[in-house]
Amino acid sequence: MALQAIAFYLMAAVTLGSGLAVVSARNPVHSVLFLIAAFFSAAGLFVLLGAEFLAMLLVVVYVGAVAVLFLFVVMMLDVDFAQLRQGFARYMPLGGLIAGGLAIEMVVVSTTVATRGAARLNETPMARGAGAADAMSNAEAIGRVLYTNYVYFFQAAGMVLLVAMIGAIVLTLRHKPGVKRQVIMDQVLRNPATGMRMVSPKPGEGVEP
Amino acid sequence: MTAFWTTPAGWSLLTVGQILLVLLVLLLTLAIFLIYGDRKIFAAVQMRRGPNVVGPFGLLQSFADLGKFLIKELVIPAGADKVVFLLAPLISVTLALGSWAAMPLAPGWVVSNISVGVLYLFAVSSLGVYGIIMGGWASNSKYPFLGALRSAAQMVSYEVSIGFVIITVILLSGSMNLTRIVELQAGGFWHWNILGGAGLANLPLALVMIPMGVIFFISGLAETNRPPFDLPEAESELVAGYAIEYGSTPYLLFYLSEMSNILLMSGLMAVLFLGGWQAPFPTPFTAHWAPTAVSLFGFMWLYLKSLLVFFMNSMVRAVVPRYRYDQLMRLGWKVFLPTSLVAVALVAGWRVYAPVIG
Repeated sequence: MALQAIAFYLMAAVTLGSGLAVVSARNPVHSVLFLIAAFFSAAGLFVLLGAEFLAMLLVVVYVGAVAVLFLFVVMMLDVDFAQLRQGFARYMPLGGLIAGGLAIEMVVVSTTVATRGAARLNETPMARGAGAADAMSNAEAIGRVLYTNYVYFFQAAGMVLLVAMIGAIVLTLRHKPGVKRQVIMDQVLRNPATGMRMVSPKPGEGVEP
Repeated sequence: MTAFWTTPAGWSLLTVGQILLVLLVLLLTLAIFLIYGDRKIFAAVQMRRGPNVVGPFGLLQSFADLGKFLIKELVIPAGADKVVFLLAPLISVTLALGSWAAMPLAPGWVVSNISVGVLYLFAVSSLGVYGIIMGGWASNSKYPFLGALRSAAQMVSYEVSIGFVIITVILLSGSMNLTRIVELQAGGFWHWNILGGAGLANLPLALVMIPMGVIFFISGLAETNRPPFDLPEAESELVAGYAIEYGSTPYLLFYLSEMSNILLMSGLMAVLFLGGWQAPFPTPFTAHWAPTAVSLFGFMWLYLKSLLVFFMNSMVRAVVPRYRYDQLMRLGWKVFLPTSLVAVALVAGWRVYAPVIG
Protein backbone atom coordinates (compact mmCIF):
# COMPACT_ATOMS: atom_id res chain seq x y z
CA MET A 1 0.00 0.00 0.00
CA ALA A 2 2.83 2.35 0.88
CA LEU A 3 4.36 1.66 -2.50
CA GLN A 4 1.10 2.66 -4.18
CA ALA A 5 0.89 5.84 -2.13
CA ILE A 6 4.44 6.79 -3.08
CA ALA A 7 3.69 6.07 -6.73
CA PHE A 8 0.49 8.09 -6.57
CA TYR A 9 2.10 11.16 -5.02
CA LEU A 10 5.06 10.93 -7.38
CA MET A 11 2.89 10.75 -10.48
CA ALA A 12 0.39 13.31 -9.24
CA ALA A 13 3.28 15.70 -8.54
CA VAL A 14 4.72 15.09 -12.00
CA THR A 15 1.31 15.65 -13.59
CA LEU A 16 0.76 18.92 -11.76
CA GLY A 17 4.33 20.09 -12.24
CA SER A 18 4.37 19.45 -15.95
CA GLY A 19 0.88 20.90 -16.29
CA LEU A 20 2.22 24.09 -14.74
CA ALA A 21 5.29 23.95 -16.94
CA VAL A 22 3.09 23.69 -20.06
CA VAL A 23 1.83 27.22 -19.50
CA SER A 24 5.00 28.69 -18.06
CA ALA A 25 7.65 27.25 -20.40
CA ARG A 26 9.30 29.85 -22.62
CA ASN A 27 9.76 27.59 -25.60
CA PRO A 28 6.53 26.28 -27.21
CA VAL A 29 8.17 22.96 -28.06
CA HIS A 30 9.08 22.52 -24.41
CA SER A 31 5.43 23.24 -23.58
CA VAL A 32 4.30 20.38 -25.80
CA LEU A 33 6.93 18.07 -24.33
CA PHE A 34 5.69 18.93 -20.83
CA LEU A 35 2.13 18.28 -22.01
CA ILE A 36 3.24 14.83 -23.11
CA ALA A 37 4.83 14.25 -19.71
CA ALA A 38 1.53 15.28 -18.10
CA PHE A 39 -0.44 12.86 -20.30
CA PHE A 40 1.99 10.11 -19.52
CA SER A 41 1.84 10.52 -15.76
CA ALA A 42 -1.95 10.80 -15.96
CA ALA A 43 -1.87 7.41 -17.69
CA GLY A 44 0.20 6.20 -14.76
CA LEU A 45 -2.51 7.43 -12.37
CA PHE A 46 -5.10 5.48 -14.38
CA VAL A 47 -2.99 2.35 -13.97
CA LEU A 48 -2.91 2.93 -10.20
CA LEU A 49 -6.73 3.16 -10.25
CA GLY A 50 -6.85 -0.23 -11.94
CA ALA A 51 -8.06 1.23 -15.23
CA GLU A 52 -5.19 -0.06 -17.34
CA PHE A 53 -7.27 -0.13 -20.53
CA LEU A 54 -8.00 3.59 -20.27
CA ALA A 55 -4.36 4.24 -19.44
CA MET A 56 -3.19 2.48 -22.57
CA LEU A 57 -5.79 4.24 -24.70
CA LEU A 58 -4.66 7.58 -23.27
CA VAL A 59 -1.10 6.79 -24.24
CA VAL A 60 -1.97 5.41 -27.69
CA VAL A 61 -4.41 8.13 -28.70
CA TYR A 62 -3.17 11.27 -26.99
CA VAL A 63 0.53 10.71 -26.55
CA GLY A 64 1.11 8.48 -29.57
CA ALA A 65 -0.96 10.34 -32.13
CA VAL A 66 -2.46 13.68 -31.07
CA ALA A 67 0.59 15.05 -29.28
CA VAL A 68 2.86 13.97 -32.13
CA LEU A 69 0.80 16.12 -34.47
CA PHE A 70 0.88 18.96 -31.91
CA LEU A 71 4.63 18.73 -31.77
CA PHE A 72 4.77 18.51 -35.55
CA VAL A 73 2.83 21.74 -35.98
CA VAL A 74 4.53 23.63 -33.16
CA MET A 75 7.97 22.70 -34.47
CA MET A 76 7.08 23.93 -37.94
CA LEU A 77 5.56 27.20 -36.80
CA ASP A 78 7.94 29.80 -35.53
CA VAL A 79 5.82 30.95 -32.61
CA ASP A 80 6.88 34.22 -31.04
CA PHE A 81 5.97 33.82 -27.41
CA ALA A 82 6.61 37.42 -26.41
CA GLN A 83 3.90 38.45 -28.84
CA LEU A 84 1.54 35.80 -27.53
CA ARG A 85 2.01 37.00 -23.98
CA GLN A 86 1.09 40.58 -24.71
CA GLY A 87 -2.56 40.14 -23.80
CA PHE A 88 -1.72 38.12 -20.71
CA ALA A 89 -2.81 40.70 -18.14
CA ARG A 90 -5.98 41.48 -20.06
CA TYR A 91 -7.18 37.86 -20.29
CA MET A 92 -5.92 36.90 -16.84
CA PRO A 93 -9.22 37.59 -14.94
CA LEU A 94 -11.33 35.63 -17.45
CA GLY A 95 -8.89 32.71 -17.49
CA GLY A 96 -8.68 32.73 -13.72
CA LEU A 97 -12.47 32.70 -13.49
CA ILE A 98 -12.77 29.67 -15.76
CA ALA A 99 -9.94 27.85 -13.99
CA GLY A 100 -11.49 28.61 -10.60
CA GLY A 101 -14.89 27.39 -11.77
CA LEU A 102 -13.40 24.14 -13.02
CA ALA A 103 -11.47 23.65 -9.78
CA ILE A 104 -14.63 24.19 -7.69
CA GLU A 105 -16.55 21.75 -9.86
CA MET A 106 -13.90 19.10 -9.46
CA VAL A 107 -13.74 19.54 -5.69
CA VAL A 108 -17.54 19.41 -5.37
CA VAL A 109 -17.85 16.30 -7.54
CA SER A 110 -15.04 14.43 -5.83
CA THR A 111 -16.23 15.26 -2.31
CA THR A 112 -19.79 14.28 -3.22
CA VAL A 113 -18.60 10.99 -4.58
CA ALA A 114 -16.38 10.42 -1.59
CA THR A 115 -19.04 11.16 1.04
CA ARG A 116 -22.27 9.70 -0.25
CA GLY A 117 -21.35 8.42 -3.69
CA ALA A 118 -19.81 5.09 -2.82
CA ALA A 119 -23.21 3.42 -2.50
CA ARG A 120 -24.82 5.35 -5.35
CA LEU A 121 -21.89 4.75 -7.66
CA ASN A 122 -22.71 1.05 -7.78
CA GLU A 123 -25.96 1.89 -9.51
CA THR A 124 -24.36 3.44 -12.57
CA PRO A 125 -24.31 1.20 -15.65
CA MET A 126 -20.52 1.28 -15.60
CA ALA A 127 -20.35 -0.21 -12.13
CA ARG A 128 -23.06 -2.74 -12.94
CA GLY A 129 -21.13 -3.86 -15.97
CA ALA A 130 -17.96 -4.19 -13.97
CA GLY A 131 -19.68 -5.66 -10.95
CA ALA A 132 -21.31 -8.43 -12.98
CA ALA A 133 -18.10 -10.41 -12.79
CA ASP A 134 -15.08 -9.31 -10.85
CA ALA A 135 -12.86 -11.49 -12.96
CA MET A 136 -13.78 -9.49 -16.05
CA SER A 137 -10.97 -7.31 -17.32
CA ASN A 138 -11.84 -3.63 -17.47
CA ALA A 139 -11.51 -3.63 -21.26
CA GLU A 140 -14.35 -6.15 -21.31
CA ALA A 141 -16.35 -4.16 -18.76
CA ILE A 142 -16.05 -0.98 -20.82
CA GLY A 143 -16.95 -2.88 -23.97
CA ARG A 144 -20.06 -4.32 -22.37
CA VAL A 145 -21.28 -0.94 -21.19
CA LEU A 146 -20.35 0.82 -24.41
CA TYR A 147 -21.99 -1.69 -26.74
CA THR A 148 -25.12 -2.37 -24.69
CA ASN A 149 -26.24 0.63 -22.62
CA TYR A 150 -24.70 3.34 -24.72
CA VAL A 151 -24.49 1.81 -28.17
CA TYR A 152 -26.47 4.61 -29.87
CA PHE A 153 -24.40 7.34 -28.25
CA PHE A 154 -21.29 5.46 -29.22
CA GLN A 155 -22.42 5.21 -32.83
CA ALA A 156 -23.46 8.86 -32.84
CA ALA A 157 -20.04 9.91 -31.55
CA GLY A 158 -18.46 7.85 -34.30
CA MET A 159 -20.66 9.56 -36.89
CA VAL A 160 -19.75 13.00 -35.55
CA LEU A 161 -16.06 12.18 -35.86
CA LEU A 162 -16.55 10.81 -39.36
CA VAL A 163 -18.43 13.93 -40.45
CA ALA A 164 -15.71 16.11 -38.94
CA MET A 165 -13.05 14.16 -40.80
CA ILE A 166 -14.86 14.33 -44.12
CA GLY A 167 -15.51 18.03 -43.53
CA ALA A 168 -11.83 18.71 -42.94
CA ILE A 169 -10.92 16.82 -46.10
CA VAL A 170 -13.55 18.64 -48.17
CA LEU A 171 -12.38 22.02 -46.87
CA THR A 172 -8.73 21.43 -47.65
CA LEU A 173 -8.89 19.30 -50.78
CA ARG A 174 -7.98 21.30 -53.85
CA HIS A 175 -7.31 20.04 -57.32
CA LYS A 176 -5.01 22.57 -58.86
CA PRO A 177 -5.32 22.61 -62.65
CA GLY A 178 -2.13 22.09 -64.57
CA VAL A 179 -0.44 19.90 -61.96
CA LYS A 180 0.82 16.63 -63.33
CA ARG A 181 -0.10 13.78 -61.03
CA GLN A 182 1.25 10.30 -60.95
CA VAL A 183 -1.38 7.81 -62.11
CA ILE A 184 -0.15 4.45 -60.94
CA MET A 185 -2.70 2.56 -63.07
CA ASP A 186 -1.48 4.20 -66.27
CA GLN A 187 2.10 3.38 -65.41
CA VAL A 188 1.30 -0.23 -64.68
CA LEU A 189 -0.77 -0.65 -67.84
CA ARG A 190 1.94 0.85 -70.05
CA ASN A 191 3.50 -1.65 -72.45
CA PRO A 192 5.79 -1.47 -75.50
CA ALA A 193 2.82 -1.19 -77.86
CA THR A 194 1.46 1.97 -76.18
CA GLY A 195 4.69 3.43 -74.85
CA MET A 196 6.92 3.12 -77.89
CA ARG A 197 6.83 4.39 -81.45
CA MET A 198 9.13 3.23 -84.21
CA VAL A 199 10.34 5.95 -86.56
CA SER A 200 13.10 6.09 -89.11
CA PRO A 201 14.04 9.77 -89.49
CA LYS A 202 15.70 10.85 -92.71
CA PRO A 203 18.95 12.82 -92.39
CA GLY A 204 18.34 16.48 -91.54
CA GLU A 205 14.66 16.03 -90.67
CA GLY A 206 14.71 14.82 -87.09
CA VAL A 207 11.80 13.27 -85.28
CA GLU A 208 8.57 15.19 -85.05
CA PRO A 209 7.49 15.76 -81.43
CA MET B 1 12.65 -18.48 1.82
CA THR B 2 9.67 -18.32 -0.49
CA ALA B 3 7.94 -16.02 1.98
CA PHE B 4 10.60 -13.39 1.38
CA TRP B 5 9.84 -13.19 -2.35
CA THR B 6 6.20 -12.31 -1.68
CA THR B 7 7.00 -9.27 0.49
CA PRO B 8 7.16 -5.94 -1.37
CA ALA B 9 10.93 -5.73 -0.99
CA GLY B 10 11.55 -9.25 -2.22
CA TRP B 11 9.05 -8.84 -5.00
CA SER B 12 10.69 -5.64 -6.19
CA LEU B 13 14.09 -7.28 -6.02
CA LEU B 14 12.79 -10.22 -8.04
CA THR B 15 11.33 -7.95 -10.69
CA VAL B 16 14.52 -5.92 -10.94
CA GLY B 17 16.47 -9.15 -11.21
CA GLN B 18 14.22 -10.41 -13.97
CA ILE B 19 14.50 -7.13 -15.82
CA LEU B 20 18.29 -7.13 -15.54
CA LEU B 21 18.45 -10.73 -16.69
CA VAL B 22 16.06 -10.32 -19.59
CA LEU B 23 17.10 -6.89 -20.79
CA LEU B 24 20.76 -6.49 -20.12
CA VAL B 25 22.13 -9.97 -20.49
CA LEU B 26 19.78 -11.50 -23.01
CA LEU B 27 18.67 -8.55 -25.06
CA LEU B 28 21.85 -6.57 -25.37
CA THR B 29 24.06 -9.50 -26.31
CA LEU B 30 21.37 -10.60 -28.72
CA ALA B 31 21.15 -7.11 -30.22
CA ILE B 32 24.91 -6.94 -30.53
CA PHE B 33 25.13 -10.25 -32.35
CA LEU B 34 22.13 -9.37 -34.49
CA ILE B 35 23.94 -6.28 -35.72
CA TYR B 36 26.74 -8.61 -36.76
CA GLY B 37 24.25 -11.00 -38.38
CA ASP B 38 22.54 -8.15 -40.15
CA ARG B 39 25.80 -6.97 -41.63
CA LYS B 40 26.80 -10.49 -42.65
CA ILE B 41 23.47 -11.07 -44.41
CA PHE B 42 23.73 -7.70 -46.12
CA ALA B 43 27.25 -8.55 -47.23
CA ALA B 44 26.32 -12.01 -48.46
CA VAL B 45 23.56 -10.59 -50.66
CA GLN B 46 26.06 -8.18 -52.18
CA MET B 47 28.68 -10.98 -52.52
CA ARG B 48 31.01 -9.35 -50.01
CA ARG B 49 32.54 -10.94 -46.95
CA GLY B 50 31.25 -8.52 -44.34
CA PRO B 51 32.98 -8.05 -40.97
CA ASN B 52 35.63 -10.78 -40.68
CA VAL B 53 38.63 -9.26 -38.92
CA VAL B 54 37.80 -8.80 -35.23
CA GLY B 55 37.63 -12.18 -33.50
CA PRO B 56 36.78 -15.50 -35.14
CA PHE B 57 34.70 -14.86 -38.30
CA GLY B 58 34.51 -11.23 -37.18
CA LEU B 59 32.11 -12.21 -34.40
CA LEU B 60 33.47 -9.56 -32.05
CA GLN B 61 33.13 -6.72 -34.55
CA SER B 62 30.10 -5.28 -32.76
CA PHE B 63 31.96 -5.23 -29.44
CA ALA B 64 34.79 -3.33 -31.11
CA ASP B 65 32.24 -0.84 -32.46
CA LEU B 66 30.71 -0.57 -28.99
CA GLY B 67 34.09 0.27 -27.52
CA LYS B 68 34.72 2.81 -30.24
CA PHE B 69 31.42 4.56 -29.57
CA LEU B 70 32.03 4.65 -25.84
CA ILE B 71 35.45 6.30 -25.98
CA LYS B 72 34.57 8.93 -28.58
CA GLU B 73 34.10 12.52 -27.59
CA LEU B 74 30.56 13.72 -27.05
CA VAL B 75 29.91 16.77 -29.20
CA ILE B 76 26.88 18.95 -28.63
CA PRO B 77 26.22 21.43 -31.45
CA ALA B 78 26.44 25.08 -30.44
CA GLY B 79 22.84 25.95 -31.32
CA ALA B 80 21.35 22.77 -29.90
CA ASP B 81 18.79 22.58 -27.15
CA LYS B 82 21.10 20.74 -24.75
CA VAL B 83 18.54 19.13 -22.46
CA VAL B 84 16.26 17.86 -25.20
CA PHE B 85 19.27 16.86 -27.29
CA LEU B 86 20.55 14.53 -24.58
CA LEU B 87 17.08 13.47 -23.44
CA ALA B 88 16.09 12.18 -26.89
CA PRO B 89 18.36 9.10 -27.06
CA LEU B 90 17.60 8.32 -23.42
CA ILE B 91 13.88 8.32 -24.12
CA SER B 92 14.44 6.16 -27.19
CA VAL B 93 16.39 3.54 -25.34
CA THR B 94 14.12 3.58 -22.28
CA LEU B 95 11.04 2.96 -24.40
CA ALA B 96 12.79 0.35 -26.51
CA LEU B 97 13.88 -1.64 -23.49
CA GLY B 98 10.70 -0.95 -21.52
CA SER B 99 8.55 -2.50 -24.21
CA TRP B 100 10.11 -5.89 -23.47
CA ALA B 101 8.35 -5.97 -20.09
CA ALA B 102 5.14 -7.35 -21.57
CA MET B 103 6.78 -9.72 -24.04
CA PRO B 104 6.04 -13.38 -23.22
CA LEU B 105 9.33 -15.19 -23.86
CA ALA B 106 8.35 -18.70 -22.77
CA PRO B 107 5.69 -20.39 -20.62
CA GLY B 108 5.79 -18.38 -17.41
CA TRP B 109 8.65 -16.17 -18.61
CA VAL B 110 7.25 -12.68 -18.74
CA VAL B 111 8.29 -9.74 -16.59
CA SER B 112 4.79 -8.28 -16.34
CA ASN B 113 1.82 -10.37 -17.43
CA ILE B 114 -0.61 -7.46 -17.79
CA SER B 115 -4.09 -7.95 -19.19
CA VAL B 116 -3.64 -5.33 -21.91
CA GLY B 117 -0.21 -6.50 -23.05
CA VAL B 118 -0.86 -5.96 -26.75
CA LEU B 119 -2.03 -2.43 -26.14
CA TYR B 120 0.98 -1.77 -23.92
CA LEU B 121 3.38 -2.84 -26.65
CA PHE B 122 1.44 -0.81 -29.21
CA ALA B 123 1.47 2.25 -26.95
CA VAL B 124 5.15 2.04 -26.17
CA SER B 125 6.15 1.45 -29.78
CA SER B 126 4.04 4.45 -30.79
CA LEU B 127 6.00 6.53 -28.27
CA GLY B 128 9.24 5.58 -29.99
CA VAL B 129 8.70 8.43 -32.41
CA TYR B 130 9.43 10.97 -29.68
CA GLY B 131 13.08 10.02 -29.41
CA ILE B 132 13.55 10.67 -33.11
CA ILE B 133 11.43 13.81 -33.32
CA MET B 134 13.06 15.36 -30.24
CA GLY B 135 16.54 14.46 -31.44
CA GLY B 136 15.85 15.93 -34.85
CA TRP B 137 14.43 19.14 -33.48
CA ALA B 138 17.01 19.69 -30.74
CA SER B 139 19.91 19.32 -33.18
CA ASN B 140 18.93 22.72 -34.60
CA SER B 141 19.99 21.74 -38.08
CA LYS B 142 18.09 21.29 -41.30
CA TYR B 143 18.67 17.66 -42.24
CA PRO B 144 17.89 16.29 -38.78
CA PHE B 145 14.75 18.41 -38.71
CA LEU B 146 13.59 17.07 -42.07
CA GLY B 147 14.34 13.56 -40.86
CA ALA B 148 12.31 14.14 -37.71
CA LEU B 149 9.33 15.49 -39.65
CA ARG B 150 9.42 12.55 -42.04
CA SER B 151 9.67 10.09 -39.24
CA ALA B 152 6.76 11.63 -37.34
CA ALA B 153 4.46 11.45 -40.36
CA GLN B 154 5.64 7.99 -41.33
CA MET B 155 5.32 6.39 -37.93
CA VAL B 156 1.90 7.90 -37.22
CA SER B 157 0.67 6.65 -40.61
CA TYR B 158 1.85 3.10 -40.19
CA GLU B 159 0.67 2.87 -36.60
CA VAL B 160 -2.87 3.03 -37.95
CA SER B 161 -2.50 -0.09 -40.07
CA ILE B 162 -0.53 -1.89 -37.33
CA GLY B 163 -3.38 -1.05 -34.96
CA PHE B 164 -5.99 -2.60 -37.24
CA VAL B 165 -3.87 -5.70 -37.83
CA ILE B 166 -3.50 -6.10 -34.07
CA ILE B 167 -7.28 -5.76 -33.73
CA THR B 168 -7.79 -8.72 -36.07
CA VAL B 169 -5.53 -10.80 -33.83
CA ILE B 170 -7.36 -9.60 -30.72
CA LEU B 171 -10.67 -10.54 -32.35
CA LEU B 172 -9.36 -14.03 -33.10
CA SER B 173 -8.06 -14.59 -29.60
CA GLY B 174 -10.68 -12.67 -27.65
CA SER B 175 -7.95 -11.41 -25.33
CA MET B 176 -5.40 -8.64 -25.14
CA ASN B 177 -3.09 -10.61 -22.89
CA LEU B 178 -0.09 -11.73 -24.91
CA THR B 179 0.37 -14.88 -22.84
CA ARG B 180 -3.24 -15.85 -23.50
CA ILE B 181 -2.85 -15.10 -27.21
CA VAL B 182 0.12 -17.48 -27.37
CA GLU B 183 -1.59 -20.16 -25.27
CA LEU B 184 -4.54 -20.19 -27.67
CA GLN B 185 -2.23 -21.02 -30.56
CA ALA B 186 -1.10 -24.33 -29.03
CA GLY B 187 -1.27 -27.63 -30.89
CA GLY B 188 0.68 -27.27 -34.11
CA PHE B 189 1.24 -24.73 -36.83
CA TRP B 190 -2.34 -25.06 -38.12
CA HIS B 191 -3.46 -23.40 -34.89
CA TRP B 192 -1.31 -20.33 -35.44
CA ASN B 193 -3.08 -17.06 -35.96
CA ILE B 194 -1.60 -16.60 -39.41
CA LEU B 195 -3.67 -19.63 -40.51
CA GLY B 196 -6.79 -18.36 -38.77
CA GLY B 197 -6.09 -19.82 -35.30
CA ALA B 198 -8.16 -22.62 -33.78
CA GLY B 199 -7.19 -25.36 -36.20
CA LEU B 200 -8.81 -26.55 -39.40
CA ALA B 201 -12.22 -25.10 -38.52
CA ASN B 202 -10.89 -21.60 -38.97
CA LEU B 203 -8.75 -22.35 -42.00
CA PRO B 204 -10.81 -20.11 -44.35
CA LEU B 205 -9.64 -17.18 -42.24
CA ALA B 206 -6.10 -17.88 -43.44
CA LEU B 207 -7.16 -16.01 -46.56
CA VAL B 208 -7.49 -12.92 -44.39
CA MET B 209 -4.80 -13.54 -41.82
CA ILE B 210 -1.91 -14.28 -44.20
CA PRO B 211 -2.25 -10.83 -45.84
CA MET B 212 -2.59 -9.38 -42.35
CA GLY B 213 0.69 -11.01 -41.38
CA VAL B 214 2.36 -9.54 -44.46
CA ILE B 215 0.93 -6.09 -43.70
CA PHE B 216 2.12 -6.35 -40.11
CA PHE B 217 5.60 -7.30 -41.28
CA ILE B 218 5.81 -4.40 -43.75
CA SER B 219 4.31 -1.91 -41.30
CA GLY B 220 6.81 -3.16 -38.75
CA LEU B 221 9.59 -2.26 -41.16
CA ALA B 222 8.14 1.24 -41.54
CA GLU B 223 7.59 1.59 -37.79
CA THR B 224 11.20 0.75 -36.99
CA ASN B 225 12.54 2.90 -39.83
CA ARG B 226 14.14 -0.06 -41.52
CA PRO B 227 14.95 -0.05 -45.21
CA PRO B 228 13.14 0.19 -47.59
CA PHE B 229 11.32 2.69 -45.33
CA ASP B 230 14.36 4.32 -43.72
CA LEU B 231 13.40 7.77 -44.99
CA PRO B 232 14.09 9.53 -41.66
CA GLU B 233 17.77 8.69 -42.08
CA ALA B 234 18.00 8.20 -45.83
CA GLU B 235 21.72 8.65 -46.38
CA SER B 236 21.41 9.58 -50.05
CA GLU B 237 19.12 12.57 -49.37
CA LEU B 238 19.35 13.49 -45.68
CA VAL B 239 22.91 12.29 -44.93
CA ALA B 240 21.83 10.51 -41.74
CA GLY B 241 18.54 12.25 -40.94
CA TYR B 242 17.80 12.80 -37.28
CA ALA B 243 21.10 11.24 -36.21
CA ILE B 244 23.51 13.57 -38.03
CA GLU B 245 24.55 15.62 -35.02
CA TYR B 246 24.82 12.63 -32.73
CA GLY B 247 28.01 10.80 -31.98
CA SER B 248 29.53 8.78 -29.21
CA THR B 249 27.21 7.27 -26.59
CA PRO B 250 24.01 9.14 -27.54
CA TYR B 251 24.29 7.75 -31.05
CA LEU B 252 24.99 4.34 -29.59
CA LEU B 253 21.78 4.61 -27.59
CA PHE B 254 19.80 5.51 -30.72
CA TYR B 255 21.35 2.60 -32.56
CA LEU B 256 20.68 0.23 -29.69
CA SER B 257 17.05 1.28 -29.37
CA GLU B 258 16.57 0.86 -33.11
CA MET B 259 18.01 -2.65 -32.95
CA SER B 260 15.91 -3.49 -29.89
CA ASN B 261 12.79 -2.23 -31.66
CA ILE B 262 13.52 -4.36 -34.71
CA LEU B 263 13.98 -7.35 -32.45
CA LEU B 264 10.73 -6.49 -30.66
CA MET B 265 8.84 -6.27 -33.94
CA SER B 266 10.26 -9.65 -34.99
CA GLY B 267 9.25 -11.11 -31.63
CA LEU B 268 5.81 -9.51 -31.82
CA MET B 269 5.28 -10.95 -35.30
CA ALA B 270 6.21 -14.37 -33.88
CA VAL B 271 3.89 -13.94 -30.88
CA LEU B 272 0.88 -12.55 -32.70
CA PHE B 273 0.98 -14.64 -35.87
CA LEU B 274 3.46 -17.50 -35.61
CA GLY B 275 2.40 -19.01 -32.30
CA GLY B 276 5.01 -17.45 -30.02
CA TRP B 277 6.69 -20.13 -27.95
CA GLN B 278 4.47 -22.93 -29.29
CA ALA B 279 6.21 -25.62 -31.30
CA PRO B 280 4.90 -26.11 -34.86
CA PHE B 281 3.68 -29.60 -33.94
CA PRO B 282 1.68 -31.00 -31.01
CA THR B 283 3.94 -31.55 -28.00
CA PRO B 284 2.36 -34.16 -25.71
CA PHE B 285 5.84 -35.42 -24.84
CA THR B 286 6.62 -32.30 -22.79
CA ALA B 287 3.87 -33.15 -20.27
CA HIS B 288 6.31 -34.89 -17.90
CA TRP B 289 9.17 -32.44 -18.31
CA ALA B 290 10.32 -30.12 -15.57
CA PRO B 291 8.78 -26.60 -15.89
CA THR B 292 12.20 -25.09 -16.60
CA ALA B 293 12.80 -27.55 -19.43
CA VAL B 294 9.39 -26.73 -20.92
CA SER B 295 10.19 -23.02 -20.69
CA LEU B 296 13.54 -23.47 -22.36
CA PHE B 297 11.94 -25.60 -25.08
CA GLY B 298 9.34 -22.88 -25.66
CA PHE B 299 11.93 -20.11 -25.60
CA MET B 300 13.89 -21.94 -28.27
CA TRP B 301 10.90 -21.85 -30.61
CA LEU B 302 10.17 -18.18 -30.02
CA TYR B 303 13.85 -17.48 -30.59
CA LEU B 304 13.93 -19.42 -33.85
CA LYS B 305 10.78 -17.74 -35.12
CA SER B 306 12.04 -14.28 -34.20
CA LEU B 307 15.31 -15.03 -35.96
CA LEU B 308 13.40 -16.15 -39.04
CA VAL B 309 11.44 -12.88 -39.09
CA PHE B 310 14.65 -10.95 -38.46
CA PHE B 311 16.30 -12.77 -41.36
CA MET B 312 13.45 -11.74 -43.66
CA ASN B 313 13.85 -8.22 -42.30
CA SER B 314 17.55 -8.22 -43.24
CA MET B 315 16.88 -9.69 -46.66
CA VAL B 316 14.30 -7.01 -47.39
CA ARG B 317 16.84 -4.40 -46.39
CA ALA B 318 19.42 -5.88 -48.74
CA VAL B 319 17.14 -6.54 -51.70
CA VAL B 320 14.48 -3.80 -51.89
CA PRO B 321 15.42 -0.25 -52.93
CA ARG B 322 14.24 2.68 -50.81
CA TYR B 323 10.70 3.96 -51.24
CA ARG B 324 9.95 7.43 -52.43
CA TYR B 325 8.19 9.43 -49.74
CA ASP B 326 4.86 9.86 -51.53
CA GLN B 327 4.84 6.16 -52.40
CA LEU B 328 5.37 5.38 -48.74
CA MET B 329 2.39 7.49 -47.77
CA ARG B 330 0.28 6.02 -50.54
CA LEU B 331 1.10 2.50 -49.41
CA GLY B 332 0.23 3.28 -45.81
CA TRP B 333 -2.98 5.23 -46.26
CA LYS B 334 -4.42 3.99 -49.53
CA VAL B 335 -3.42 0.34 -49.53
CA PHE B 336 -2.80 -0.94 -46.02
CA LEU B 337 -5.47 1.06 -44.19
CA PRO B 338 -8.46 -0.01 -46.36
CA THR B 339 -7.18 -3.60 -46.56
CA SER B 340 -6.79 -3.96 -42.82
CA LEU B 341 -10.11 -2.21 -42.19
CA VAL B 342 -11.89 -4.72 -44.44
CA ALA B 343 -10.00 -7.52 -42.71
CA VAL B 344 -11.24 -6.33 -39.29
CA ALA B 345 -14.82 -6.46 -40.60
CA LEU B 346 -14.28 -9.93 -42.11
CA VAL B 347 -12.71 -11.38 -38.96
CA ALA B 348 -15.40 -9.84 -36.77
CA GLY B 349 -18.08 -11.27 -39.08
CA TRP B 350 -16.42 -14.67 -38.94
CA ARG B 351 -16.30 -14.57 -35.16
CA VAL B 352 -20.02 -13.81 -34.99
CA TYR B 353 -21.42 -15.98 -37.78
CA ALA B 354 -18.97 -18.87 -38.22
CA PRO B 355 -20.49 -22.24 -37.31
CA VAL B 356 -17.47 -23.41 -35.34
CA ILE B 357 -15.50 -20.97 -33.25
CA GLY B 358 -12.25 -21.96 -31.63
